[in-house]
Amino acid sequence: MPLKRKDILSIDALSCEEIDLILQTAESFKEVSTRDIKKVPALRGKTIINLFFEPSTRTRTSFELAGKRLSADVINISAASSSAVKNETILDTARNIEAMHSDFIVVRHSASGVPQLLAGVLRSAVINAGDGAHQHPSQGLLDLMTIKEKKGEIKGLKVVIVGDILHSRVARSDIQGLVKYGAEVCVVGPPTLIPSGIERWGVKVSLHMDEALVGADIIIVLRLQLERQSRGFFPTLREYAMLYGLNQNRLNLADPEVLVMHPGPINRGIELSSEIADGLSSVILDQVTNGLAVRMALFFLLSEGSQH
Amino acid sequence: MSDKILIKGGRIIDPSHKRDEVADLLIEAGVISGISPSIAQPEGTFRTIDARGLLVVPGLIDLHTHLRVPGFEYKETIASATAAAASGGFTTVCCMPNTNPVNDNQAVTELILERAAAEGLVHVLPVGAITKGSQGKELAEMAELVSAGCVAVSDDGLPVMNSEIMRLAMTYATIFDIPVIDHCEDLNLTADGVIFEGKVSTDLGLRGIPSSSETVMVARDIELAELTGARVHLAHISTAGSVQLIREAKKRGISVTAETCPHYFTLTDEALRGYDSNAKMKPPLASSKDMEAILAGLADGTIEVIATDHAPHASEEKEQELDCAPFGIIGLETALPLSLKLVETGVLSLSDVIEKLTSGPAKVIGQKIGRLGIGDRADITLIDPDVEWTVKASDMKSLSKNSPFIGWTMKGRASTVIVSGKVLEGLYDGGKLR
Repeated sequence: MPLKRKDILSIDALSCEEIDLILQTAESFKEVSTRDIKKVPALRGKTIINLFFEPSTRTRTSFELAGKRLSADVINISAASSSAVKNETILDTARNIEAMHSDFIVVRHSASGVPQLLAGVLRSAVINAGDGAHQHPSQGLLDLMTIKEKKGEIKGLKVVIVGDILHSRVARSDIQGLVKYGAEVCVVGPPTLIPSGIERWGVKVSLHMDEALVGADIIIVLRLQLERQSRGFFPTLREYAMLYGLNQNRLNLADPEVLVMHPGPINRGIELSSEIADGLSSVILDQVTNGLAVRMALFFLLSEGSQH
Repeated sequence: MSDKILIKGGRIIDPSHKRDEVADLLIEAGVISGISPSIAQPEGTFRTIDARGLLVVPGLIDLHTHLRVPGFEYKETIASATAAAASGGFTTVCCMPNTNPVNDNQAVTELILERAAAEGLVHVLPVGAITKGSQGKELAEMAELVSAGCVAVSDDGLPVMNSEIMRLAMTYATIFDIPVIDHCEDLNLTADGVIFEGKVSTDLGLRGIPSSSETVMVARDIELAELTGARVHLAHISTAGSVQLIREAKKRGISVTAETCPHYFTLTDEALRGYDSNAKMKPPLASSKDMEAILAGLADGTIEVIATDHAPHASEEKEQELDCAPFGIIGLETALPLSLKLVETGVLSLSDVIEKLTSGPAKVIGQKIGRLGIGDRADITLIDPDVEWTVKASDMKSLSKNSPFIGWTMKGRASTVIVSGKVLEGLYDGGKLR
């Protein structure tokens, strides 16, 4: 069964059936990466353009490897953070790329809504690799995959998401996916970094980490963008770490089988202590491995869909 | 070509004279010379306009237009903006000073008026800057601006943050009895926000502008209006909190007037769902609760003016990431039908709608326009209230097409516009206005 859609723009748009299909497909692709010859011919002759308007190593590499392991041709384009810098509009940039007959355009941009803008005018499949504070659907999918893999079932799990929810596309994608599957989600962070009306998404909001962590099955720690301090969202990194940093004492409040996740890259000693990042509860590297498999699945399923 | 025009059988609505009756209207030598139930054919050559089934109202006045001249002629010119104005039923537009250079001195005011005389189809009344370069630091030479033809002052778009400067500006403006028009926005609260802060900004991951960005400045301006006794006009009001503050200020007898724009009583932030940059403006489209409050404020007279905040931007500027696209939408060609809709929905009477587009704004700027009296300059708009039409970018006279209403079906339209006794031809036949 293929995915009957042209683009992957948000988790919200996907049904549970579609997510199940993506995760099952990803599971079967995991094996490919463990072979001696890590390549299958599924996307031979297809062209993938990674169009990254924001610096990224992990996500871009993951999409690049995913394409290459499926035998697609992959080109990486790192554009300036705003197309206006080059005085070319983003639509012109994208149309120029498509004129070279791309099949997939993977786009990351600091402005929310750019993948939608491109998907509306391009024939290529558009995969959102992170747009502003809006969505990061492949991250949401790989987090669901990691949780399912380790816990079996998502329904009923107590998930705590900690940090800068306001500016986080990962939080938005994770919340939508987790709520779809019936998890009990609580977001915790300083109120200056909690977006207005997030309760409407079916999550609880807590300002106190110790209270939120009691009995947690999953803790998703978000990366703190260090420049937020200069905007005054919190006084100092030290104080942030004091109130919302995950350390061993706090981890002890959670369920003994708790999983600690982080989308990376980690600010060690700020949002997450090293002992936890490297400890037994951490599944951070499993997330990275699953990310590759999820992105292979997305390329594969969208490509199948386009042939039907 | 005759200088006599007889408008026969229209429903004349003139709120300033509390007139609402079917009657004839005669124009001679550019001024209104007669209004009565039946006017006999005048001597000599004359033109008759059959106005049966039409509304005959004072030419509409827009208190808040960005002509973009000088400096941004790629967005709009005086020729294109005034064609858009005429097409929308406006015979007078007040142009905001955030041009390049800023209209903060006599030379720029004169340039605008000279260009308007040369290529404008409707009357242009400039608004001068409050401070030099609209930098919010030193007062612009207000006497010079007024003598050159400015009817108000405003640092629209670059609001005066320093409250002491604003106090001084208001106090000084009392010499000339001109209104100080404020774009109420606390730029620090707006920060890098792009849309209204609320559920839509959270869902879309866009930085929010809190409603308090407007209301704290409305509150400040009301306090300063009371302190200085100046005439203060609050531009493009968009939030429930502001309406409440203005309503209370008026009860206290403070000389404050207010305008809103059709988009604030027609749309909410839900219009941003598709990341449509043609729904991005300042103040931002707010919640449905705010829209309800704006409607209530119009209905009870708290808001006495409907203005367009016509803000043209080129398509290459708007077709960008929503974060980068400039704030502002055009409005001259859609304001009338969107306002008439308020009659259909029972918010306002027809006469009230016309008042907020004619004598309401005329009163704010203290000009003897927006009325149909014997001897008044013949600025008259004939409206077909029943015609249905679709807003098409290709039909718009404005050089820019940044409207969220493109594709909408509208009811009601200006069918004939008369400026100083001259009938503009080709209003909406897709051709060029003459």
